[in-house]
Amino acid sequence: MKDQQVASLAAQAEINRQLTPDQKINILRQMMDIRRFEQTALKHYQAGGDMGGFLHLYIGQESVAVGSTSLCGEHDHVITAYRDHGHALAMGMSMDECMAELFGKATGCSGGKGGSMHFFAPDKNFWGGHGIVAGQTPLGLGIAFALKYRGQKGCCLCYLGDGAVNQGVYHESLNLASLWNLPVVYIIENNGYSMGTSLARSSAYSENLAARAEGYGIEWDLINGEDIYAVRAGTWKAIQRAHEESRPTVLQIDTYRYYGHSVADANAKKYRSAEEIETYKQQHDPIRLWQQQLIAEGVLTEAQAAELDAAAKARANEAARFAAESPLPLESDIFTNVYYEVDHQTPAGKTGRHFFNN
Amino acid sequence: MPQITYRKAINEALAEEISRDENVVIIGEEVAQYNGAYKVTEGLWERFGDKRLVDAPISEAGFIGMGVGAAMMGLRPVIELMFWSFAFVAYDQIINNAGCVRYMSGGKIHCPLVIRGPANGGTNVGATHSHTPENILATNPGVKVVCPATAYDAKGLMKAAIRDNDPVFVMENTLLYGETWEVPDTEYIVPLGVADVKRVGSDVSLIAHGRAVITSLLAADILAREHGISAEVVDLRSIRPLDEATVLQSVAKTHRVVLVDENRPFCGVSAQLAATIQEQAFDELDAPILRVCTLDAPAIYSPPLEKLQLPTPERVVEKVLSLT
Repeated sequence: MKDQQVASLAAQAEINRQLTPDQKINILRQMMDIRRFEQTALKHYQAGGDMGGFLHLYIGQESVAVGSTSLCGEHDHVITAYRDHGHALAMGMSMDECMAELFGKATGCSGGKGGSMHFFAPDKNFWGGHGIVAGQTPLGLGIAFALKYRGQKGCCLCYLGDGAVNQGVYHESLNLASLWNLPVVYIIENNGYSMGTSLARSSAYSENLAARAEGYGIEWDLINGEDIYAVRAGTWKAIQRAHEESRPTVLQIDTYRYYGHSVADANAKKYRSAEEIETYKQQHDPIRLWQQQLIAEGVLTEAQAAELDAAAKARANEAARFAAESPLPLESDIFTNVYYEVDHQTPAGKTGRHFFNN
Repeated sequence: MPQITYRKAINEALAEEISRDENVVIIGEEVAQYNGAYKVTEGLWERFGDKRLVDAPISEAGFIGMGVGAAMMGLRPVIELMFWSFAFVAYDQIINNAGCVRYMSGGKIHCPLVIRGPANGGTNVGATHSHTPENILATNPGVKVVCPATAYDAKGLMKAAIRDNDPVFVMENTLLYGETWEVPDTEYIVPLGVADVKRVGSDVSLIAHGRAVITSLLAADILAREHGISAEVVDLRSIRPLDEATVLQSVAKTHRVVLVDENRPFCGVSAQLAATIQEQAFDELDAPILRVCTLDAPAIYSPPLEKLQLPTPERVVEKVLSLT
């Protein structure tokens, strides 16, 4: 039976057997939220006038962020690159604040100062949202360093794309992570393309990007990203290694994005075939597969799944309404959040000239 | 008051701040077991151990980025660059991450990070090790840049930098590390953004930062002794934030300005100062603002020629005399 084939061996992993029906449904709900959020954002982007700049959609990859962050405890932190909407929502940020940020509004999570690539919620252990490819990889290391320095049992899940593995600073980070025994998990979300360049055209030994970790004495693993159980089982081993041994791990989670590198990717349909995209949608879509899995397990009915999806769509539309009706930042807000000391009007913030407008 | 070296003054500042705040951690190449490439961290590893002094491999982008991440979490890393010239391999971490994360997060995050190390020419190490990047760093809103000229200022500014909640870049000078000045036994802070009149004068203002202050003081001696000209020497100490009031006060007093700057002239700190002075004190000026900068070429190796490439007291004197 097809439905039963969906279930992997990973379903039997202890960390997955512990999942309650509610937790399983919540994973589905989070993935649906991310997809509906982004579809709604795309609609407004394309309508024109509501947003500017880049919009890097995560659609197709939802299981990676949701599956892995579902394992996070009190001292586990997350940092990622510019395709950050999924991680942000998975870490508990609200659709309202995220959509308003896309609209450049004062109610946005960064007050309209960061945009799509720069969502942050340090109170929820989510440290962004970083625009430069691989630029976040040593920051993740620093989060792990701080945890270890303070003796907190936790780790940093640091996400990067398959295009980031060829940046020098990532390799510097791997060396430091292993040398200093830091509790960081690098998660390569391999969607097969760095912008318009396929994996085979950008990386030597493209069969296995994670194995580069061996050169640094770091454990690695390959994970099928379309399977929530596999994502959780593989990531949990890495988190345990970080918690119990203070050792890093590199995970390669294979996944796929349905849209271009960003909405501004003019050649999104030229560097790969329509059939390729359609095949993933039909056969590998992580939300469809998880939904089938839960129905097969008797955790959920088709009707309930449809209700969850309708609710996600309604929340996304509500977020867009909230964003549209929210006020813009003031012109004077251009000069806040530049310096902590100025914002807080401390003696240091009031000494000397900080801004040089003429 | 005891006389100590510029090097020792920074060493004392680091030791005092490590003792005061458990979040202060020193990270860099050769800072611990080697005692510091320039001995600035001498004795600190023995005293404070592996947790507080971390020897890093040669990976500036990696360990500076790591420091940024740790600072976002609330630690106060003080990162040594063996040379500020090496900052260029970590520029993304310094500017995009340390400098912009507060803004891009709408103020949810701040980055109490210090990066320190020498940033000077004049030691015959060629162009790649002789950069003075205070101008190109200070042009970025979100960061702070200080350039101490004396041991007193080096200690006081370092302590202020470590206690500051924004990223502060402290630019030191290998030619000053061995120089001695009076430094009090008792604790003190030199706030960022406060310039210092290092010599009072009435005829011309020499405005400088870093080692150019010492050059200006030597020039002021010559001007007084040989030409009967009373030069005031203003030490900016801090580039950003900038103490414009002290600069403008001096201009209003002397009405003549020579800016002395170890930056190159194009987009150097002195170019910004010249703009500021003409915008805000045009009517006070009796003469054009003139500048003595590092000659506009990459740093030359040849030792006798490199001396001439940097501002010299003689060039400053000559420039002042051209005003009259």
